[in-house]
Amino acid sequence: MTVGAHLVDGVRRFRDSDVYYSFKRSPVTMVAAVVTAIFLISALFAPWLAPHQPFDPATVELLDAFTPPVWEAGGDPRFLLGTDDQGRDMLSTIMYGARISLGVGFAAVAFAMVIGVSLGLVSGYLGGAIDAVIMRVADIQLSFPAILIALLIDGVARSLLPRDMHGEVAIYVLVFAIGISGWVQYARTVRGSTMVEKNKEYVQAAHVMGIPPMLIMLRHVLPNVMGPVLVIGTIHLAVAIITEATLSFLGVGVPPTSPSLGTLIRVGNDFLFSGEWWITIFPGAALALLVLAVNLLGDWLRDALNPKLR
Amino acid sequence: MRFRNGILAALAATVLAFSQGADAKTFKWAFQGDAQSLDPHGLNETFSLGYLGNVYEGLTAYSANLELIPALAESWETTSPTTWVFKLRQGVKFHNGNDFTADDVIFSWKRTLTEGSDQKVRGALIKSITKVDDHTIRVETPGPIPTLARELVWLYIMDKEWAETNNAVEAESPKEADTSGKFASLNANGTGPFMIVERQPDVKSVFKRFNNYWKDIKSNVDEVIFTPISQDATRVAALLSGELDLAYPIPVQDWDRLTKADGVSPLTGPEARTIFLGMDQDRDELLSSNIKGKNPFKDLRVRQAFAHALNLDAIKEKIMRGAATPSGLMVAPQINGHNPALNQPYAYDPAKSKRLLAEAGYPDGFELTMDCPNNRYVNDERICQAVVGMLAKVGVKVDLLAQPKSKYFAKVLAQNDYDTSFYLLGWTPGSIDSHNVLQNLLVCRNKETKAGQFNLGGYCNPKVDELSSQIGGETDPDKRQELIDAAFQIHKDDVGHLPIHQQPLSWGVRDGVTVAQRADNVLDFRNVVLP
Amino acid sequence: MIAFIIRRFLQSVLVMLTVALIAFGLFRYVGDPINNMVGQDTSLQEREALREGLGLDDPFVVQFGRFVVNAVQGEFGISYRHRRPVEDLIAERLPATLELSIVAALIALLVGVPMGVYTGLHREGFLSRVFMTLSLIGVSLPTFLIGILLILLFGVVLRWLPTFGRGDVVDLGWWTTGLLTVSGAKALIMPSITLALFQMTLIMRLVRSEMLEVLRTDYIKFARARGLANRAINFGHALKNTLVPVITITGLQLGSIIAFAIITESVFQWPGMGLLFIQAINEVDIPVMSAYLCMIALFFVIINLIVDLLYYAVDPRLRIDSTVVGRHG
Repeated sequence: MTVGAHLVDGVRRFRDSDVYYSFKRSPVTMVAAVVTAIFLISALFAPWLAPHQPFDPATVELLDAFTPPVWEAGGDPRFLLGTDDQGRDMLSTIMYGARISLGVGFAAVAFAMVIGVSLGLVSGYLGGAIDAVIMRVADIQLSFPAILIALLIDGVARSLLPRDMHGEVAIYVLVFAIGISGWVQYARTVRGSTMVEKNKEYVQAAHVMGIPPMLIMLRHVLPNVMGPVLVIGTIHLAVAIITEATLSFLGVGVPPTSPSLGTLIRVGNDFLFSGEWWITIFPGAALALLVLAVNLLGDWLRDALNPKLR
Repeated sequence: MRFRNGILAALAATVLAFSQGADAKTFKWAFQGDAQSLDPHGLNETFSLGYLGNVYEGLTAYSANLELIPALAESWETTSPTTWVFKLRQGVKFHNGNDFTADDVIFSWKRTLTEGSDQKVRGALIKSITKVDDHTIRVETPGPIPTLARELVWLYIMDKEWAETNNAVEAESPKEADTSGKFASLNANGTGPFMIVERQPDVKSVFKRFNNYWKDIKSNVDEVIFTPISQDATRVAALLSGELDLAYPIPVQDWDRLTKADGVSPLTGPEARTIFLGMDQDRDELLSSNIKGKNPFKDLRVRQAFAHALNLDAIKEKIMRGAATPSGLMVAPQINGHNPALNQPYAYDPAKSKRLLAEAGYPDGFELTMDCPNNRYVNDERICQAVVGMLAKVGVKVDLLAQPKSKYFAKVLAQNDYDTSFYLLGWTPGSIDSHNVLQNLLVCRNKETKAGQFNLGGYCNPKVDELSSQIGGETDPDKRQELIDAAFQIHKDDVGHLPIHQQPLSWGVRDGVTVAQRADNVLDFRNVVLP
Repeated sequence: MIAFIIRRFLQSVLVMLTVALIAFGLFRYVGDPINNMVGQDTSLQEREALREGLGLDDPFVVQFGRFVVNAVQGEFGISYRHRRPVEDLIAERLPATLELSIVAALIALLVGVPMGVYTGLHREGFLSRVFMTLSLIGVSLPTFLIGILLILLFGVVLRWLPTFGRGDVVDLGWWTTGLLTVSGAKALIMPSITLALFQMTLIMRLVRSEMLEVLRTDYIKFARARGLANRAINFGHALKNTLVPVITITGLQLGSIIAFAIITESVFQWPGMGLLFIQAINEVDIPVMSAYLCMIALFFVIINLIVDLLYYAVDPRLRIDSTVVGRHG
């Protein structure tokens, strides 16, 4: 079969699948998917789609600051959603902000996923002392909320690194902090499946045939756990975005020179009482909408992949 | 039963708390941070000293209009240019009941010279103090210091016996976590009109009126409750919801809201603080720049280019909402020695700025890092962001490092060897006199005399030094003004610093409450009258 | 049973030691204890003397041992910022945080469980959909945003509730409480609701999915077949079986609530441990950071231990093979 045929076949299989059926049946999910897609596209292509370049200081004019949205009195057609306190276009700022929020979110999820899945495989397959250690660590970590771990890692990084580096490494520290605080759920899920698969006859048989055991596990366990891992990943993405926003709001996240949605809300918070509501409300609404859409997708995915609940 | 008794006791306590509150006048206010320590010599910082000024006092004081008035000294005279005789007030009591005498003054002065003191510069203005009798002292200064009486406003007097009893003879710096002495950091015993009866750092302070205060004051307040609220929005919300009588600072953008809201109003005025930018002109190579092997700021044209790149009016209009006074001088109009004729800011002229950069050999600009506090001055971080944008337009790419003041100061001050290339700072001369600015900010840095200690960029022109020392000893007002003008003119021609503006005082007050808003942004409870 | 308890207990001790190791690492290597204790003028010799006096030249194990012994006695050194023993600071702030957290947990339980049961029983009902949507919005709005909006509405626009702090508190000597004064109770309303919302949605969704799961099991089907009344089935069998994981999660979440209080406290300027911690991070006040870490870890470990033991007592299946102790979620 050619690659194309594979693809066509895959699409057909997907269209016939339960998952697609339940997707078609749920208008809310479809809306959520569209919203998520819009966010993803505008974040991914922000440099080309955004009407302005908000983080190139040479193009920002301070005298444009506090322009209200275009439909309000005093609005300026150049700035659809108005401008912030520095004269940056809100729409562009939000697109770039979503880019950072989503970027940090996806990177953190990917990081957590890789660590969680590998540790889960190792733990489940090898068992014994290694399993016990990994699971104890998981237990310990699970009992600490992600935000606390992230805060702590961030705090340590801040006191260890030279101050000038904070701005540059802030995003990596965030990804690491949020990612490392979320690997446990992946590990547990994968470990469970691995333990079940491990004792099946075909694994034993493959083992006898001399196929490396980890390869077997990878090939047979991973497909089985992909569903749950995807569900965890989606929900984790929502959590990661909120965690990043919270850290940025508390002032320990990304710097205001390259703000995420959380940083934008923190900055906008200062203008809550002064009538420039658009500086807070738009990033806040964007964040809530994004997280809501991702959560809805996660919810639907979980129900769709768990036939017991249908 | 024990449990029930506990509840009853608690209820009784509640009732007591309520009945106490009935007739006593309580004044509630909030600021964005807390006093760092109760030790009057531990930290030379406006808010901490202002807060403690309600508990401790110096020999002299400032009135509501910043006029110098007698406090613990009834009167003083200079018997020679370097000799001052102070008549101390009789019958003054400390909060613990001890009498105030000359010994306390001498002790307090010596305490400002101990290791933990942050008032060493003030203490060093005095060479010796001789006790003439219990209520007369003779002060010798190392040279003529006409502003001595003004500086002594901030040198608070502590009870010698109290300090000795409590092992608090040495000043306690809040910058050090020394375990040995911390009594004076946590307890206070002054001669002021209010006593601190309860204090939880960063949470709450409660002051009670001191009934044996030596002076009649117009305040009718019996109790003061102070709460530090760091979040601007929360502080404004608390004022708007009627929980506070006074809050400051109020973000300038919220003035409108306060004016429109019922029951509160903004109270604003020009502050004596000048906000300015500084450039490292000392090092041979900037610490944070892509230009290696030389320091662009050593070239006058680069400094001029920076000056002409800044649009101070845009900063005033958009960031300060019109509530700032763009400045061409390093001192505010309230400061002795300010000359309106010299106060014209550098003209905003980006084209000229580009030309100057090109002439200096940077046609495409260069890169550097800017240090900026984000919780110290009014809209400090926003000003820096705006400066970054303005400089970007003439080709200079600035990387902004904005941090909380504790970290910012730890980085840029002398303690850390002035680790900065380009920074934003604000200054209010404690003596309300230009000489303080010259001596701290404009003269060449000198490790021994501590002169130029806050000249973070290392601007150095020997002519300014020469003039500054002349001004320090000059008593004739006209001649002194001439010298001050000359020094400021040289500094201006050199573009030693880039003045931005005088920031506004920005308080929010509940209607019916009368307070005096001092230009140094100090809240004196003596002037607070509740309805 | 005894073996199980002993093992869990030993594990808890191990956890605490690990956390203590991290805290010690922070304390010893991230913050420079010497630099934070002396002035700039202190000479090198004096520094060395101090170093020796503090035992900073001892082997690592000795130093760590000393740290643990001190920590067990509740001694964490002096806060760089407050110049007071950290344990005093924490003792002062603890009541505020615990009061807030417990009230929030109660709100979350008392509202979340009924909502969960309802949505579990009436899956397709209109109200269920409303609850589910609300709960999704609840988890999608960050806590700090909810807090700010509440302040704006109830504090500033309506002026019903205080916007910051604890109000008047009554000092019982070992505890300060805001529950006994009107202003204290009013001050508690907004922060506790803000803090409770997330947990409430969590509990609601958990109860719902557990209900759904249990209602599908054979014994419920069998009960229905036997003709038992719906009410008896729903509450007598289903809810009872649902409660085990709910108790577990709620118990475990109490720890999270205490930690999440950091955000709420910072929005409402609530003078608890969370505010102390966030200020410590900003000021790099290492002793406070490491003490807070140990405190929170202790809370978590104790809560975990209790929950595990309860779980063990409630769910007989676990007694057969204690190696498969695994929690939901």
